[in-house]
Amino acid sequence: MKLQRMNRLRATALGALAVSGALVLTACGSDDNSGDTSTTGGAQTKAASNVSCDGAKGQLRASGSSAQKNAMDLWVKEYMAACSGVEINYNSSSSGEGIVAFNQGTVGFAGSDSALKPEEVADSKKICKTGQGINLPMVGGPIAVGFHLEGVDSLTLDAPTLAKIFDTKIKKWNDEAIAKLNPDAKLPDKAIQPFHRSEDSGTTQNLGKYLGAAAPSDWKYEAEKKWPAPGGQAASGSSGVATQVKQVDGSIGYFELSYATSQQISTVDIETGGSAPVKASSENASKAIAAAKVKGTGKDLALDLDYTTKAEGAYPLVLVTYEVVCDTGNKADTLGTVKSFLTYTASADGQKLLTEAGYAPIPEEINAKVRETVAGLS
Amino acid sequence: MASTTQTETPPAPPAGRSRPRSTGRAGDRIFLGLSRGSGILLLVIMASIAVFLSYRAAVAISKDEGNFLTTFDWNPAGDPPVFGIAVLLFGTVVSSVIAMLIAVPVAVGIALFISHYAPRKLAGVIAYVIDLLAAVPSIVYGIWGALVLVPYLEGLNLWLDQFFGWTYVFEKTEIGVARSLFTVGILLAVMILPIVTSVSREVFLQVPRMNEEAALALGATRWEVIRLSVLPFGRSGVISASMLGLGRALGETMAVATVLSPSFLISLHVLNPGGGTFAQNIAAKFGEADAFGRDALIASGLVLFVLTLLVNGAARLIIARRKEYSGANA
Repeated sequence: MKLQRMNRLRATALGALAVSGALVLTACGSDDNSGDTSTTGGAQTKAASNVSCDGAKGQLRASGSSAQKNAMDLWVKEYMAACSGVEINYNSSSSGEGIVAFNQGTVGFAGSDSALKPEEVADSKKICKTGQGINLPMVGGPIAVGFHLEGVDSLTLDAPTLAKIFDTKIKKWNDEAIAKLNPDAKLPDKAIQPFHRSEDSGTTQNLGKYLGAAAPSDWKYEAEKKWPAPGGQAASGSSGVATQVKQVDGSIGYFELSYATSQQISTVDIETGGSAPVKASSENASKAIAAAKVKGTGKDLALDLDYTTKAEGAYPLVLVTYEVVCDTGNKADTLGTVKSFLTYTASADGQKLLTEAGYAPIPEEINAKVRETVAGLS
Repeated sequence: MASTTQTETPPAPPAGRSRPRSTGRAGDRIFLGLSRGSGILLLVIMASIAVFLSYRAAVAISKDEGNFLTTFDWNPAGDPPVFGIAVLLFGTVVSSVIAMLIAVPVAVGIALFISHYAPRKLAGVIAYVIDLLAAVPSIVYGIWGALVLVPYLEGLNLWLDQFFGWTYVFEKTEIGVARSLFTVGILLAVMILPIVTSVSREVFLQVPRMNEEAALALGATRWEVIRLSVLPFGRSGVISASMLGLGRALGETMAVATVLSPSFLISLHVLNPGGGTFAQNIAAKFGEADAFGRDALIASGLVLFVLTLLVNGAARLIIARRKEYSGANA
């Protein structure tokens, strides 16, 4: 009798645990994916007609930047729907891991949000027997600066002010520098809580490059993946920063635009010196990437972004992610698939998908060179 | 449960210190070989892991341009590479100490309640729920900490700052949400509560019935019984339970990484966001680290390993000195 009662109690407790566990799991699952589900939904309806599967076969492993994960997911899905029997596996770990895997020869190509360093190129010569690793710019995107301030919906900032905010030199929202850029906003006397990434990140590095180029006297740190400034608070991952900004009144942080759209976080318009402040959008980011110059030599198409561009409607805080491949000496069993897949991602159809996912397409002039280079891979 | 201990026959005396001889039968010999092989295999595996880790750590430390022990920075990818463990050691120790200060008294209280005060049915339920806490994965604690604990602790932080700001430790000098070492300590306290409680409870249930009855016969109240016979008897058990908990607190990774706002600064203001722990730093930096960065992280992991060894060694010393009370000799 007693034993039975004990069992019933245990069963209830287990049931309660299962229910609460399921709730927790689903909550966190939907939190992670809220950004991509809508975009994949939109893309599903399109037929993948213009994919050429010539020479593609078997399985292709790739690894790298998580910044281009959503774009890769879309591309891989479309591509695999068109080319049956070909399997592409993009492991969105991080740029660092992607390049390490590439230089060990375990992947067909790597995704990276910064171009190969000279020593990494030197390493790649062991894998690309006759050639070396090159960077192909494939995905662009705006880095949005999101903020949360009760009573303020839109905010304009310029690079020096942003630099001082993230360096905790400006501490209050009603600071003169902010007020001057936002004459119409009612700025409260509240402390600014800047959030940055707690782990090393290509997004941090690109923000650093932008601040260093556009506000050199206010941002004296080296652009590294690690957050350089001493103040402020940190959270893990773009999603972590976005969650904190969403939660905390008076906060400001940076992340990919898709996190801002999916969580309805207001983003900062950037005053570039052009006629009007520029909104963070994939279209405006493309205009800024159009001002970039190719700095790579030979077949390498690494870009030199112009962060100080004053072009009309060009959002200067952008990042470009590359696909890293061998110019010659790619492995024979994956070469066909790499060429076929990258031809698709660089094609007009492939680039068009990017806008739907909150990314920015690579401007046509550079894109043409990418296509040419992909066609010449061997 | 207490009543069963009472009627239990005393355990048979140990069968002597010398090992029983092998009978020489085939089964015996095979079993001896298997168990000896397993023992040696374990030593070989541990030794090779230790050699590998020490080698990688030595490579990293030899290239470190900063001082590995005193540098307040972690930048092995920099030029020159600079990294040091001072902040991590400080954060690991401080957050674990906070966790211990909160968890151990509470755990001892729960254990005493379960073993000596609560009605049998209630005791079973509480013990079961406490054990359930141990089954919750640490990332779930992390999510709970970030979404529930952090927002709700802001009020407590302001209160502590207002009334205990004079202690320096509880002075809040920076604005910001409660993603601090103090919050981590509270979260760790919840996480180590089950292990400390269940081991302490077992020890308290082992107190010889005779001791308690003798105290009662002398006219002691229930509290006096606990103070005079249960606590002295259980002390070494509670200490080893605490050390088990401390071990978990020192190495906790995901929950800390989710809740803490890491920064490479040492500050005794535990309410300010910042600080870092070994395990959290490894989790945060491993993804983007290059080969050398990973070696540096391995070096920091070795320090955590040594720290854990020291803690366990200290616990063994304390227990050995109080052998006469230990549960094993009862």
